[in-house]
Amino acid sequence: MMNTKHLATILCAGLLASPSHAEFLGYVGLQARAFPSTAADPAQGSETISGVLAPEWYQQWNDGDDSFNIKAFYRYDSQDEERSHADLREFYWQHVGNNWELSVGVNTIFWGVTESQHLVDIINQTDFVEAPDGEDKLGQPMIHYASIQDWGVVDVFVLPTFRSREFAGEEGRLRSIPLTVNNREQYQSDKEDEHIDYALRWSHYLGDWNIGLSWFQGTSREPIFIPQATATGIVLTPYYALIEQSGIDAQYVSGNWLWKLEAIYRRGIGHSLADDFAASTAGFEYTLTGINSLFWDLGLLLEYSYDSRPRLNAGPFQNDIFVGGRLSLNDIASSEILFGYSQDADDPDSRSVFMEASTRLGDSTRVTAELYHFHSDDQQDPIYSLRRDSYIELGLEYYY
Amino acid sequence: MTIKTFTASILCSLSLVLSPSLSADDAQDKGLAIAKEMKSRDRGWVDSSADMEMVLRSRGGRETRREMRILSLEVQNDGDKSMTIFDSPNDVKGTAFLSFTHNNADDDQWLYLPALKRVKRIASKNKSGPFMGSEFSYEDLSSFEVEEYDYRWLRDEELNGELCFVVEIIPRDKYSGYTREIAWIDQEHYRAMKIEFYDRKEAVLKTLTLSDYQLHLDKFWRPAKQTMQNERNGKTTEVLLRNYQFRSGLDEQDFTENSLKRAR
Repeated sequence: MMNTKHLATILCAGLLASPSHAEFLGYVGLQARAFPSTAADPAQGSETISGVLAPEWYQQWNDGDDSFNIKAFYRYDSQDEERSHADLREFYWQHVGNNWELSVGVNTIFWGVTESQHLVDIINQTDFVEAPDGEDKLGQPMIHYASIQDWGVVDVFVLPTFRSREFAGEEGRLRSIPLTVNNREQYQSDKEDEHIDYALRWSHYLGDWNIGLSWFQGTSREPIFIPQATATGIVLTPYYALIEQSGIDAQYVSGNWLWKLEAIYRRGIGHSLADDFAASTAGFEYTLTGINSLFWDLGLLLEYSYDSRPRLNAGPFQNDIFVGGRLSLNDIASSEILFGYSQDADDPDSRSVFMEASTRLGDSTRVTAELYHFHSDDQQDPIYSLRRDSYIELGLEYYY
Repeated sequence: MTIKTFTASILCSLSLVLSPSLSADDAQDKGLAIAKEMKSRDRGWVDSSADMEMVLRSRGGRETRREMRILSLEVQNDGDKSMTIFDSPNDVKGTAFLSFTHNNADDDQWLYLPALKRVKRIASKNKSGPFMGSEFSYEDLSSFEVEEYDYRWLRDEELNGELCFVVEIIPRDKYSGYTREIAWIDQEHYRAMKIEFYDRKEAVLKTLTLSDYQLHLDKFWRPAKQTMQNERNGKTTEVLLRNYQFRSGLDEQDFTENSLKRAR
């Protein structure tokens, strides 16, 4: 963790000097997941109930120029002790100057524009046990300086500690077969998870264009899996290589069209086990507004993804087409349905489908429903181990 | 006044009363002049902020309340900039919306989603959709820019004891949800008192009533209450604006993607 003692001292001094706006908020949630297919491994369960606590607190002072932000997360899962986990998503102090910002502490940063996957986004480790969409992230310790100029925003990141990915436990679903074990990570760097990573980004908005160029050097967030023999059989262990990644993300708005592109080039540093490769996702979102008398909006999504690595080593989107839709009911309950279908262009038997829906009950409660379906017949396919893990999930979240 | 000019002016006012036809061109010129005067009287506020409460009422009278804050920045020679920060309901707390309106060009719009910490660009053609499930659409809430409409003065008429210009306003944007609007603008202060919105079937879709006007900085009139009545579904939305502040030192830096992300 950061030098929190020092940070706390600065914070308290600031608070005493000029108390200002503060708020405590967050949500508590309850979730049930059911997996209708028989598990690939008999150790895995077929349903789970879990509870979430996600409190958030912030304090601003100096007219909002300084702030301290905390966002914590805890999930208890009845089936999988590895999915029961706690994380500090945010724990940082931020100062806003004229044309610049400085943040010190744990934070979450998102980069990118596409929907089916997030190639460019690399600062935070994925919270892999939360959901298969990879959109939940673990908090990353960082020093982040942003310079905001007429010619764009330059972000400089120093990332002093690495967060390793957590994997579902033996009883859990949505995991590799054989099991990937936690706490047996290997690193290319001698400094292991204390290697200091760096990142730079320039992003700019010019009329209908948004563009970002990014560069990262350090420990790859995405592990390579190495089989290891143990007394009880074969397990997979994550290996984290040192990499350099350059990325571009661009978006063009024209009428009801949003055109999107993300592309990366990643290369291994030194004697790396990682492949050098390029990958990209490109597509559009077209919004049909007011499709009926209730003024629903329907956004149509189409994206194509390519990854130059051999199929076994690539992510799930190595040559895939994604079609989807986002239906917004524009009602008082902010009801929304997002759905998508991914098809591997090389293998007609490899596909996945998802649907996420949510609506509000009263003023503070959201009801959510989620469905994932995976289909694969080929052991070389990255989603092969999930082929029996299709699930439905119902959730309730109370916001305060 | 000579007899001749007196007669001329009588004839002239008669022609106004009897056949409300200044020539078509004159009626358009007069309509445009009213719009320009309205805008010019509202120049120079520099920046403003206000707390906004929306009260959504169903036909059966069920109420839902939404709270947000609105920051605005006056831009010379282009449309204004604004940021809306949502305070309720709780699950959208921290969500913020940034909009740059442009004269004669598409607006630029961004939405910040705090759960993903993601700023999303929004296709700006989505103007006619309901705002937060209310009877207001995005375009009803965006800043008024003279260049975005064509005008025609229709008549003078008294409304609630105030003499008003009645002006037809036709959106130039083909993505607008309305074919035309009819506005009652009071002749003393050039404040919109009532606006009727017409749909493609030439029927009144919604009626907006603006009331409880307050004078700020001795120059700027702002309605503390705006009521939108949907004539089709019987629902109403009331927008209440409180704690207006002007010239509090907001600048371009307060209306960027970065400031959107840290809006609280």
